[in-house]
Amino acid sequence: MNTSFTTPGDEDRAASRARFAHIVGWGADLDRAMRPGVPKERTPPRLPHPVEPPQQQHADVEVLHSTERPGITPVFGTTLPPSGLSGRLRRAAFRHSENDIRHWMMLLLADRVQMGEALCSDLARGHVPNLYAEMGGRAELRHNPMGAARKAAIGIAAVAVLCMVLKPRKRARRLRG
Amino acid sequence: MLAMNYRGPYRIRAVQKQEPEIEHPGDAIVRVTRSCICGSDLHLYHGLVPDTRIGSTFGHEFTGVVEAVGPAVQHLKPGDHVLVPFNIFCGSCYFCQKELYSNCHATNPEATAVGGIFGYSHTAGGYDGGQAEYVRVPMADVGPTVIPADMHLDDAVLLTDALPTGYQAAEMGGIDEGDTVVIFGAGPIGIFAAKSAWLLGAGRVIVVDHLEYRLDFVRTYAQCETIDFKQVGDMAMHIKKITDGLGADVCIDCVGCEAAGNFAQTLLGIKLKLQGGAATVLHWCINSVRKGGTVSIVGVYGPTFNAIPIGNAVNKGLTLRMNQASVKRHLPRLIEHIQAGRIEPRRVITHHVDLADVADAYHLFSSKLDNCIKTVLIPPGAPRVATATAAMQ
Ligand SMILES: [Zn+2]
Ligand SMILES: [Zn+2]
Repeated sequence: MNTSFTTPGDEDRAASRARFAHIVGWGADLDRAMRPGVPKERTPPRLPHPVEPPQQQHADVEVLHSTERPGITPVFGTTLPPSGLSGRLRRAAFRHSENDIRHWMMLLLADRVQMGEALCSDLARGHVPNLYAEMGGRAELRHNPMGAARKAAIGIAAVAVLCMVLKPRKRARRLRG
Repeated sequence: MLAMNYRGPYRIRAVQKQEPEIEHPGDAIVRVTRSCICGSDLHLYHGLVPDTRIGSTFGHEFTGVVEAVGPAVQHLKPGDHVLVPFNIFCGSCYFCQKELYSNCHATNPEATAVGGIFGYSHTAGGYDGGQAEYVRVPMADVGPTVIPADMHLDDAVLLTDALPTGYQAAEMGGIDEGDTVVIFGAGPIGIFAAKSAWLLGAGRVIVVDHLEYRLDFVRTYAQCETIDFKQVGDMAMHIKKITDGLGADVCIDCVGCEAAGNFAQTLLGIKLKLQGGAATVLHWCINSVRKGGTVSIVGVYGPTFNAIPIGNAVNKGLTLRMNQASVKRHLPRLIEHIQAGRIEPRRVITHHVDLADVADAYHLFSSKLDNCIKTVLIPPGAPRVATATAAMQ
């Protein structure tokens, strides 16, 4: 009995109530009038008090906006305004509409570029990022020690291979010099 | 203040940064008491959402105590302990008037498809999120809801997204009494969708996942049947086999763009990023539902294109319903359900982690270590286990 082609009568309903007695709250929202949004959202709005349209937020940082609207919205976030090369890419991306795949691909590219920029600025400040901590190494070690060991082994092997590859070249250079 | 700080895919730091300020007359500053890591944060964490800028603070699910309010705020005052819906919405634009709060047209300059969301990239408005000690909450008269005094904070924080999204997923399925409902994904949203399907009178609830601990959990929590998709060959065939050959009445996608289970989709969508993530679950939904049935989608998909079997949906006469949850719309009824003991959301929380250890928390959740289902971050000084009133002292 999976597909109900007919509307259940009172008897069926009593039967199903008994059948689902072990499920706390079964059918509590059977009545569609109890549901907040079926089949469509209701008007007037369900907010507890009337709401005035918001005032315009003052912008003192650069906020990019979709070409599908005339300007910025009344309210917006002001975090991390575009900067550097990634910022230039983002500005270029926002010249294309949301309907244009170039818009999204350029934004993704800018994200990757900004990761490099952030790494450089970390190093410029003399801060070497602790990749182990940033990638949750402690959690890996505690809850997946085998996985952590495998990753460590792969890492050591990679470094070893790198050393072996680099070594003969140094010698060759010395010979030439 | 201490805040989560995104450094690029799979990399996070907890850093000291400047406290937020009131930037608009309708703003409030909230001191966070709880914030969650959500499955959709993982799409950001994995670098799949465009315009996720380095240095962002994530976190769209949080509770906190109001510290200060802007001059235009009339209905919220310092000291109120609030849960803050993940949508930032104005309450007065065309879409808010239709109760489509997740589609507000006044809070996200960067994109028109979606409204503002806390800590969810500049594609969702460029707001910082709640995985921090303090957060700027715009439209403070509209979004935040004061937490009932006797409510557990862990229940309250799940009302900001996970529970309403699961509930709306089930509701958009248009479930009729006795319907067979198949839910893809046994994360928190899928778990709550399964529980909600029973509240709406479903006759049979089946949850699909591949992680045994999550299937175990949902079987107990939501008393449903489960399917491990790794154990069945063809998903649509299997569903038809167990539903008299016709298919399910309602299929619900609680997974989104990072679905496992199909090599081609994973390669195209996740590894090569040639489409907006893997659409595996949408294929399963459309092909497993009966003709004339309903597919409900709350899984997060990127703004770029996907290969979707829309022809099958047309030929089968399906109803497709989808949206980000309009959290505020569901709160009154869901608070009733919690108070009446029909649903106990906090049981899905498996981990309480200090905000300082946010990088470990993300890795734990992302890699599904230690049987993690839902993680709550606790900022310094906030109580670990408390009701809303206790936390205010
Ligand atoms: Zn969420
Ligand atoms: Zn609005």
